[in-house]
Amino acid sequence: MLMNLEYINLISFGYFEKNLLEMISSDVKREFLLPVIYREGHLDISEFYDPGRRQYDGNKLLKVIDLKFAFDTDKTLGLFNVDLYIPILTYIFGQAYLNGRSGIVSISRLSNERYGIKADEKLLVDRFRKEVIHELGHTFGLIHCKNPTCVMRSSTYVEDIDQKDHQLCDKCRMQLSASQEK
Amino acid sequence: MAKKISILIVDDEESVRDSLYNWFIEDGYRVDCAEDARKALSILESDGFDIILADIKMPGMDGLEMLKRIKSFRKESIVIVMTAFATVDTAVQALKDGAFDYITKPFDPDDLSHLIRNASKQISLIEENEVLREKVISLENVENLVGNSEAMHQVLKEIESVAQSNASVIITGESGTGKELVARAIHANSTRRFFPMVSVHCGALSESLLESELFGHEKGAFTGAVYNRKGRFEMADSGTIFLDEIATISPKMQVELLRVLESKSFVRVGGNKEITSDFRVICATNRDLKGMVEKGVFREDLFYRLNVVNINVPPLRERTEDIPLLVDYFIKKYCNTMNRPLIAIDSAALKRLEEFTFPGNIRELENMIERAIVVGNGKKITLKDLPLGKEMINPSAESLDELEKSHITQILTKYNWNITVAAKALKIDRVTLYNKIKKYCLTEPK
Repeated sequence: MLMNLEYINLISFGYFEKNLLEMISSDVKREFLLPVIYREGHLDISEFYDPGRRQYDGNKLLKVIDLKFAFDTDKTLGLFNVDLYIPILTYIFGQAYLNGRSGIVSISRLSNERYGIKADEKLLVDRFRKEVIHELGHTFGLIHCKNPTCVMRSSTYVEDIDQKDHQLCDKCRMQLSASQEK
Repeated sequence: MAKKISILIVDDEESVRDSLYNWFIEDGYRVDCAEDARKALSILESDGFDIILADIKMPGMDGLEMLKRIKSFRKESIVIVMTAFATVDTAVQALKDGAFDYITKPFDPDDLSHLIRNASKQISLIEENEVLREKVISLENVENLVGNSEAMHQVLKEIESVAQSNASVIITGESGTGKELVARAIHANSTRRFFPMVSVHCGALSESLLESELFGHEKGAFTGAVYNRKGRFEMADSGTIFLDEIATISPKMQVELLRVLESKSFVRVGGNKEITSDFRVICATNRDLKGMVEKGVFREDLFYRLNVVNINVPPLRERTEDIPLLVDYFIKKYCNTMNRPLIAIDSAALKRLEEFTFPGNIRELENMIERAIVVGNGKKITLKDLPLGKEMINPSAESLDELEKSHITQILTKYNWNITVAAKALKIDRVTLYNKIKKYCLTEPK
C-alpha cells in the first residue's frame, strides 16, 4: 500500500457548495485510495490578478499553494472559482506539478454560461470532478493519456472534458499503483 | 513503441519557459529550456531536439537569427517561432527562413496542442520516409544483383569501389546480362542516390528524337513541340544519367555528347539559353567500343571521356554456378507477382538449365521461368515446362554465335521478317533483335 502519503487535501478558495466538495472527495478517494480531507483556505488572491487580462496568474497561485498549504506527506489541490491563465496561454482549467505535491483547478471556465449556452449544473459538477482527478493524477506522476475516455486525457476545450470518464483507464491505474508502491 | 518527441523551449522570460515546460511535461514530451539563443545553440550542438519553440524577441541574438543558424547546421529541425508582437513581416520572414510555423503569444491551449501535434506528424513522416528510402535502396542493391560466383563477386566489388566517385563508367556485356541493374546499383550506392537516375535507350531513338530527348526542346522548335520540355540531362541534375546502347549513337550525336560531357552545359533544341546540369554519366553497350574506335566509327575522345572505369558483366554461361540462385530468385519473384504459392523446380529441369548456354543470358532464363510458372502444373517446374526442346539446340552449329544466328534466321523466316512478332517469339526486345540482325548481317530475302 502507501509508503509516505497520508492524505489528499482539497482546499477551496472562494465559495463552493458542501455537497459538491463531498462528492468530489468521494471520487478522489475512490480513484487514489487515500483518505481525503476538504477544507476552506484563506488567501488574498488579489495580488495574483492581472487587470490587463482580467484573469489570475495560475503559475503564481500554484507556487503559493505549494509553499503555504502543501506538505511532503500529502497531495494538495487548491480549488478556485476565478479565471486562471499562465503567461503563455489564454486560459487554463488547472495545472499541477508533475510528480509534485500540489496542483490547482478552477471551475470558472467549466460552466456552459461562459460560452453562451444554457446553464447545466450537472454538467458543470461533472466537469469539475473530472478536472480535479486529472490534476491530482499529474501530482502522482501521470502524464496525458491517449485513451479517449481516460480522465487523464488532455482537454483544451470543455467539450473535450465531456468526452472522458471520471476514472483512470487500466493503463493509468496500473501506472498509479506502481508509483504508489515505490 | 513510438519515439518520445523532444522539445527545446527558448525564451528570455522565466514564466513563459516554466509554463511551457509544465504544459509539455504533462503531455509526456522530453523538454528542456534555454533563456537565450546562445545557450540554445550550445545545447543543440550536443543534444538533438525534434522541435524548437523559440521566441522572436530576445536580448542579444533574436529568434530569427537563431533560426537561420539552426537551419545552417541542422536543416531538418522543426522550429516554431513565438511572438508577442505579431506582424505579417516577421511571420513571413520566419517562414521564409525555414520556420515550421509561428504562433502569437498568448496562445489558445488548443492551438498549441494542434501545432505540436502537426510538428510531431511531420517528424514521423520524415522518419518514415527515411526508413522507406533506405528499404528501397537496400532492395535495389541486394535483390536485383543475384549471384554468388567469383565473376559476380568481382562485379560487385567493382560497383562498390566506383560508386562513391563521380567517374564515368562504361558497362559492357552481352544482351540480357543485367547491365542496367549494375548501373542502378552504382547509382544506389553513390552520394547521388537521393536524386534521380534517368535512363535513355539510345538505340531505340532516331538521331533527332535522341537530341530532343537528351537536351529537351522549346515550344515550337519542331512540328509537334507544343510545350517546352526538359531534356534527360536536365532531369538528371544532381543524379545519374544512364545511356544504354551508347554504341548506336550517330557521329553528330557523339560530338554533341562530348561537348556536354566536357562543359556540363547545353541548350535545348530551338532554345538559346544555356542550361547547366550536374550529372554523372554511366553508359552500357554490348558492342566492342574499342574496336569501333579503331575502325573509326566511334570517336576516340568520347570513348576515353566515357571509359574512365569499365565494368564487364559476364554472360550467364560463364557463371553457371549462379543458375540455381537465379532460378530460385525468379521463382519467388513470379510466384509473388502472380499471387501463387511458391513452387520448386525438379533436379532434372535444373540440371538441364545449368547445361544450357543461354544466348539471351539472364533475361532469357527469367522469361523461361516466368513461362514455366504460367504453363506448369503449379506444383513443380519440370523439364516439360521449359522451352528447351530440340529446336533450341542445333548440334551442327559449332560456336554459340553460329547457333544464335541460325536460330534467329529460323524465327525471322517463320514470321516473315515481322520484327515485332519475331522479337516476341525470341523473348527479346525489338532493339536487341535489330542489333542481332546487324551483328550477323542478316538480310530479308527479296
